[in-house]
Amino acid sequence: MTNPKTLFDKIWDSHVVVDEDGAPTVLYIDLHLVHEVTSPQAFSGLRERGLRVRRPDRTVATMDHSTPTTGLELPMFDAQAARQLDQLAQNCRDFGVPLYDMDSPERGIVHVIGPELGLTQPGKTIVCGDSHTSTHGAFGALAFGIGTSEVEHVLATQCLLQYRPQTFLVNFDGQLAPGVAAKDMILALIAQIGIAGGNGHVFEYAGPAVRNLSMEGRMTLCNMSIEGGARAGMVAPDETTFEYVAGRPHAPQGQDWEKALAAWRALPSDDGAQYDRSMTIDAGKLEPMITYGTNPGMGMPISQPVPDPAGDSDVTRRASLEKALRYMELQPGRPLLGHKIDVVFLGSCTNSRLSDLREAARLIRGRKVAAGVRMLVVPGSENVRRQAEAEGLDRVFVEAGAEWRNAGCSMCIAMNGDQLAPGQYAVSTSNRNFEGRQGPGGRTFLASPLTAVASAVNGQVTDPRTLLTVSGDRHFQSAGHL
Amino acid sequence: MKPFTTLTSAVVPLPYNDVDTDQIIPASYLKVTTKQGLSQGLFARWRYVSEGKPDPDFPLNQQKYQGAQILLAGDNFGCGSSREHAPWALLGYGFRAVISTSFADIFRNNALKNGLLPVALAPQAHKQLLAQVQANPAATVTIDLRSQTITLPDGQQTAFPIDSFSKTCLLQGVDQLGYLLKQMRRIEEYEEVRELKN
Ligand code: SF4
Repeated sequence: MTNPKTLFDKIWDSHVVVDEDGAPTVLYIDLHLVHEVTSPQAFSGLRERGLRVRRPDRTVATMDHSTPTTGLELPMFDAQAARQLDQLAQNCRDFGVPLYDMDSPERGIVHVIGPELGLTQPGKTIVCGDSHTSTHGAFGALAFGIGTSEVEHVLATQCLLQYRPQTFLVNFDGQLAPGVAAKDMILALIAQIGIAGGNGHVFEYAGPAVRNLSMEGRMTLCNMSIEGGARAGMVAPDETTFEYVAGRPHAPQGQDWEKALAAWRALPSDDGAQYDRSMTIDAGKLEPMITYGTNPGMGMPISQPVPDPAGDSDVTRRASLEKALRYMELQPGRPLLGHKIDVVFLGSCTNSRLSDLREAARLIRGRKVAAGVRMLVVPGSENVRRQAEAEGLDRVFVEAGAEWRNAGCSMCIAMNGDQLAPGQYAVSTSNRNFEGRQGPGGRTFLASPLTAVASAVNGQVTDPRTLLTVSGDRHFQSAGHL
Repeated sequence: MKPFTTLTSAVVPLPYNDVDTDQIIPASYLKVTTKQGLSQGLFARWRYVSEGKPDPDFPLNQQKYQGAQILLAGDNFGCGSSREHAPWALLGYGFRAVISTSFADIFRNNALKNGLLPVALAPQAHKQLLAQVQANPAATVTIDLRSQTITLPDGQQTAFPIDSFSKTCLLQGVDQLGYLLKQMRRIEEYEEVRELKN
């Protein structure tokens, strides 16, 4: 009997190409996703060295970060962004890399389309020049973000130089209460361990509350692993996973499917496998979460008051919190509930999939976005947009007074003109509340889609459970899959 | 890549924890296709009060710190986005090293691949260094990569960690892709065994 292995160990060990003393491991990469912002310098590097893309068949590119989400045509409002998109198209042509471009009906946020197209599969190593590549770990893949030099390494060799990270098991016991979602699970974890809590580690999320999540909920959970400092987060694959992957365009078919399934079933951690760290969170006790500060670790249960920096004995930490509250113009000790907001952003690779839109639409149906509040709904991919429109969700949002957009990163990163004005407050379903992330001077409260909708309707930060009680909507008994 | 051996320089203090890469270089500066010119966007949201107008309170804009090649930041420097534009912007501005108590994983990897040295000090040494450079902005420190030591303004010497592979690459000024390219035969064998040939 060999040593019991974790899910991470199994994937890592089977992808080691070379392990020499005094050098990092040469790790094989099964799938490399590429977008316009972090790839141009990597392709230039290949040209300078006279190298080709070694495995274009394992490389897929899309346009998402700086693309317009209105019907506007390129070169849009921004000639520089247009040039960057043209450069990606040129690079993909020159190097034979498949590209989902502006005309493609499959285009979308890179972390939405990978799973949607069946490219993301259990057991794979997946990288992208993008820190939210951790999303794909929801399938029991080892997926992590890399820098542009590393993008060049993978393009040139299909391999990366990596030191083996440590493992960190996060158990979510119990079951989520109505109105509490996957987003709240991950915000609660990060609030507890801090944004550097997972540095050097890979999270594995386990426990009954995780098992009960849909694939889309698991993607939300894994998406924000990087916000807890871990480059990757994973969930062991199970029937929910296989059901999601089956039949997708790039999923294995026929005999290959049976073979793949057998391999995937062997991936979950063995009994007795050791993790370097572990912790347990009682999912049943979680409330909807919201952030008050300028990093995703500055979060709290929505009913709590904003913390007081004066209570912190560490000088630098106190200075950082003071700086954050100054930026946010928030008073310590005061609740966030009832705080006036200007914008609601429903979108991003964290929460822009069909189930997110469905749950949000269900809550907003028959209600109105409060006067003076702007609400943007931005589907994660063109596929999600079409499916949502086929179900009439677009009309629900528009009738409520929200804007229905085309797919892209949009106001998550504010590169395409969708952005906050200085001083505005937004409740956003995205993943980063850094200073200026959603526009210079803009202020972000991160929360779940339900909290975002409830806040849009009331024009102020609102606990979504108050609306659930009013509507008595039974359906939200299962809101946990958001 | 420029080799990194020793560096003696004044230090710019930026004593905040968790400085994220969105602050190091905001997304609006990322619509480029080269590595050049990014230093204009370095700390743009903190450095300028409005378009191109410097904030006199921000350390990089102060006369006393001009020419300093070392940045001293708080814990967990470089968290957030994987953008390699962050080390490119720091290098473009003239920094060769960043000192902190810890670095986010992706930032550290990116910095090392570009000849920007991340120096993680123990909290006590970090605190002392901050006090010394705040007391005397002209004070210099010396970083010696070969011996992995840093000499604080008061003469105190302290060690810092770095993996031997990155260290060798930095000392010689060679990038890491060269090593990977030398493994091509092994990579092909691996693909053969796993039947990954196309
Ligand atoms: S939606 Fe936001 S976090 Fe996700 S890939 Fe786009 S910019 Fe990055």
